[in-house]
This record gives sequence, C-alpha cells and structure tokens, in this order.
Amino acid sequence: MKIVVCVNHVPDTETRVKVASDGRTIDPAGVNYMLNPYDEFAIEAALQLKEKFGGETIALSLGTDTHKETLRKSLAMGIDKAILLKDNSVRDSYSVATAIAEELRTQSADCILFGKQSIDYYNEQVPGLVAEFLGLPSVSVVVKIEPRDGTVICEREIEGGHEVVETKFPLVIAAQKGLNEPRYPSLKGIMSAKSKPIEERIPKPVPPKVETLAMHKPPPKQPGKIVGTGAAAVPELVRLLHEEAKVI
Amino acid sequence: MKLLAFAEQREGKFKKAAYEVTQAGRRLADQLGAEFVTLVVGHDVAGIAQSLGGFGAQRVITVQDARLRLYSTRAYAKIVAEVAKREAAGVILFPASQMGKDLSPRVAGKLEAGIAADCIAIKVDNGEIVATRPVYAGKALIDVRVTSTTKIFTLRPNVFTATPTNGAAVSAETFTVELQDADFDARVTQVKIAEGRPDVTEASIIVSGVIEKLADVLGAAVGASRAVVDAGWRPHDEQVGQTGKTVSPTLYIACGISGAVQHLAGMSSSKYIVAINKDKDAPIFQVADYGVVGDVFEILPALTNELKRVLGK
Repeated sequence: MKIVVCVNHVPDTETRVKVASDGRTIDPAGVNYMLNPYDEFAIEAALQLKEKFGGETIALSLGTDTHKETLRKSLAMGIDKAILLKDNSVRDSYSVATAIAEELRTQSADCILFGKQSIDYYNEQVPGLVAEFLGLPSVSVVVKIEPRDGTVICEREIEGGHEVVETKFPLVIAAQKGLNEPRYPSLKGIMSAKSKPIEERIPKPVPPKVETLAMHKPPPKQPGKIVGTGAAAVPELVRLLHEEAKVI
Repeated sequence: MKLLAFAEQREGKFKKAAYEVTQAGRRLADQLGAEFVTLVVGHDVAGIAQSLGGFGAQRVITVQDARLRLYSTRAYAKIVAEVAKREAAGVILFPASQMGKDLSPRVAGKLEAGIAADCIAIKVDNGEIVATRPVYAGKALIDVRVTSTTKIFTLRPNVFTATPTNGAAVSAETFTVELQDADFDARVTQVKIAEGRPDVTEASIIVSGVIEKLADVLGAAVGASRAVVDAGWRPHDEQVGQTGKTVSPTLYIACGISGAVQHLAGMSSSKYIVAINKDKDAPIFQVADYGVVGDVFEILPALTNELKRVLGK
C-alpha cells in the first residue's frame, strides 16, 4: 500500500500574533514553527496502515526550505521518504490543493492523509479540494479508520456525535484529534531521518482565488469586572447575568 | 446575478445554521441586487421548505432522493454544483458546520471557485463582497475578497442571527439531479448521536471545566481545556482552543480555567464570558465580562443552586 501524508509547517500554538508591516500577514519575527498538530494524527495513521498492510509511506509538504524541519520530524516518526514542493508564492487553499494534486497524480497513492486543518489559516479546505481534483472519495474530521474486506469504514465527527462512513481505497482522509495517539520519534528514528531522502520539486505557479485585503487583531475586550470573591459573590453574578447581560 | 444558500437539514429538520445562512444570504442578495435562491438536499424534505420563508427565503429548490437521507460527500457536492450551474449562481453560501466544511471544497473544485471559509462577518463594499474570517484560531482576523467568477463563503455557526419574521410564502420547486453509484463512494451508513447535552459549536451556553451539574441546569454544552482532555478526563470533542474547537456562544463560563493563550483563542469571541478562578491574576480574567475569584469547588455548588432558584428549576 502506498500512503502519502501531506504535512504543514505552522507557527506554534504559543505564538502571540503580531501583524506584519504589509498589513496582511503575521510578523514572523520571534515565531517558532512546528509540524501542524493535526498532521501528527495523519502520520500516525499512515504508519499504522503500513504496519498492517506493508508498503511505503511518503510525507509531502508545500513551502519554503523551512518545511524540511517538519518533513524531518515526519521521517523521524517513521515515514520512509519526503517530498518538498518548493514554493514561496502567496497561495490560498485552491492553489495549495492544485500543487499537491499535481504531485499526487504522479504518485498513484492508495491512501492520502491530511490533518483535518492547519492551525494557521483554519480553512479546512485542502483535503476536499485535492480529493475533488483527483476524483477520489474523501472523509473529513476522521476519528476512526477501519479497513475491512475491500471497504474502509471511517467515523467522522459531527455536531453532537459521529457519522459512520463506508468508503474504499484509494481515498483521501483528513485526521481529527482522537483518531490515535501519535508516537514520539525514537532516537533511532531521529538518527535515521537524517539520512532519509527529501526530494525537491518546483510546483507550477497558480494564482490564488482569495485575496487578503487586511489582517487585524480582534477588537480588544473591554476589561470586565470582578464581581467578588468566593461563594458570597454568586447571587450578584447570577443577577448580572440575568438582568444586565440578559443571557440566562 | 444569483446568490445560492445551502440550507443544511438532518433527519428532516433544519439546523439552526441553515436559518442563519438563509437570513445572511437574503440580506446579502438584497445588498447586491441579486436573486436569492435557497437549496435543500435530502430525502422527503419538500415539506419543510416553507419554514425558510420566515428567515427571508424566496425561492427554494429541493433535491430529493431516498439515497440522500444520510449525507454523502460526493452526491451532495454534485447536486450543489449542478444546481449552481443551472441557476448560474455567482455566490454560494454554506454553513461552516461539519457538513458545510466537508461539502464546500468539493463544490469549489467542481466550479473552480475560491472559498472564504468560516466567515464571522460579511458585507458588500463597492458592489463587492468582503468577508472577515479568523486565522490563528482567532488571534487575528483577515478581511478577504474572492476573485473567481463563482465565489463561495462558509459562515461560522452561532455568529449570524436567525430571527424569524412573518416572511412571505416561498415558491418551492423540485429539481432532479442524476445520481450514479459512484456518487455514493463515501456514504454515511449510520449517525451516532450522543444523547444529552448540545455540541460546543452549536450551544448558546458553554460551561468549561469539569462541571456537568452546572451545565445541565443551564442546558449548556460542556467544554474543556486541552489539559483535561489530554489527561483523559474529558472527551476530545469537548476541547475548546487552538487545537480544539473555536466557539462563539452567547455565554461562556470558564471554571478553574487559567486561560492559556491557546484556550483564549478558541473562546474569546463569546458574547459574554464568566471566569471563576482562585488566582486573581489568571489571564482568563482579562477577557472575562464577569469574574469571581475563589475556589471553583466552593463556588460551583452555590452557583448551581442559585441558578436553579432563579430559573425556577
């Protein structure tokens, strides 16, 4: 089984966002980047599929040379090889998906995994777009994958519950937290990742279909009031919620 | 120009997000001088179309098929794209629900449309739609415009209003879209709904912490911080924050949550925030409208009882 995991390199969750001088992006000064947290679930799922069915696992990322750090982490977790689609152009979900699909067309993978979303731009669009471009079935927000006699049973999270989805390989899956417990890279994994290959290719430029006009910080919340201390403050809190905020 | 809104239903009932998208769609269509069309997809759903009239729907198209009773990504996507093409819709709105987020990229791929996802505000500026959407889990907002011929916007649930009015009767039509077996290659066979509390992304009140009694008095959803989810005390689908869910309820009660930057990112767009924490310097108080300093184990029983009294439960 050939399994491709698409991974992204994103500002870590501790980042305090500052708007850059262009007024449209974040100021990268002092920002640490890391493997997108949801992609760890996708990598773990890929490794488990390989353990079950054999085959090859490939990590794929689109971005600048800095993405190699995330690709190395994927390799350290146990992925066999990596491909960097080297690009520093401004892209939206559509143009990212176009470049990834173009590479995947040459791969004929049985299973293509993504994290359910990148924690930078929060679009949750790329997996579905890639599946559409490749003409493959897709399941998003997946918390369970169970290959069974030529079919694959997935569970995806919906509001207040799960949907059980019956589908088949080749397939695009977007992984949600809860799918598995991602393994930590072993020392051996970290050492061997250094010698594993990272292939580089230059994707075709594609103009984005969504343009950012401005980035701004959300309006600061007005400082609230401390109603009081301890249980004695409770009647006043409930009165404020009931009469002032009118929310209960 | 036409504007098409996808009104999500499950089990023959509209989601609140369907009314929100309908109302926002009508307002936007009026501002653009566009014809407004609402689409309902499912099995045996023609009967519910009229209820969209109260939220501004004028013309409602239904596509019905027994195989559409439960959601199927590609079948639903084919229908939305076909209807959009037949109607020559220039703008398509979806709720940014789990269905809308799954469906919209597949429709976008078919129509070569750009998507502004999870919008929290949308307006017309010089005849062009400008949408505002959160990035970095709400630590920043971006204003975007979509430059493709067909433009797709998904609207975050619980942010746009859905206030029923005495709307006019809708004109309902049924469309037929040819569906093949291949359109059902990722097919929902079963829906497992957890009984009891509402989901964090849909609830109007969320109580976060490890506090079920208080949640039940308020009919609220239970939220959780990453720490308690990673410790296995609460299920991951309750996690609020940058690697969990981003929520915008009317009331968010944070109990014993200190307010890590990742958690604040996920909930600070709530309309009212109450914080209960024994550390008066906890960052959660910076975003709270009302704060109580003290031990949650002392305050929560008192709060639960006081709410029962006030709400007459």
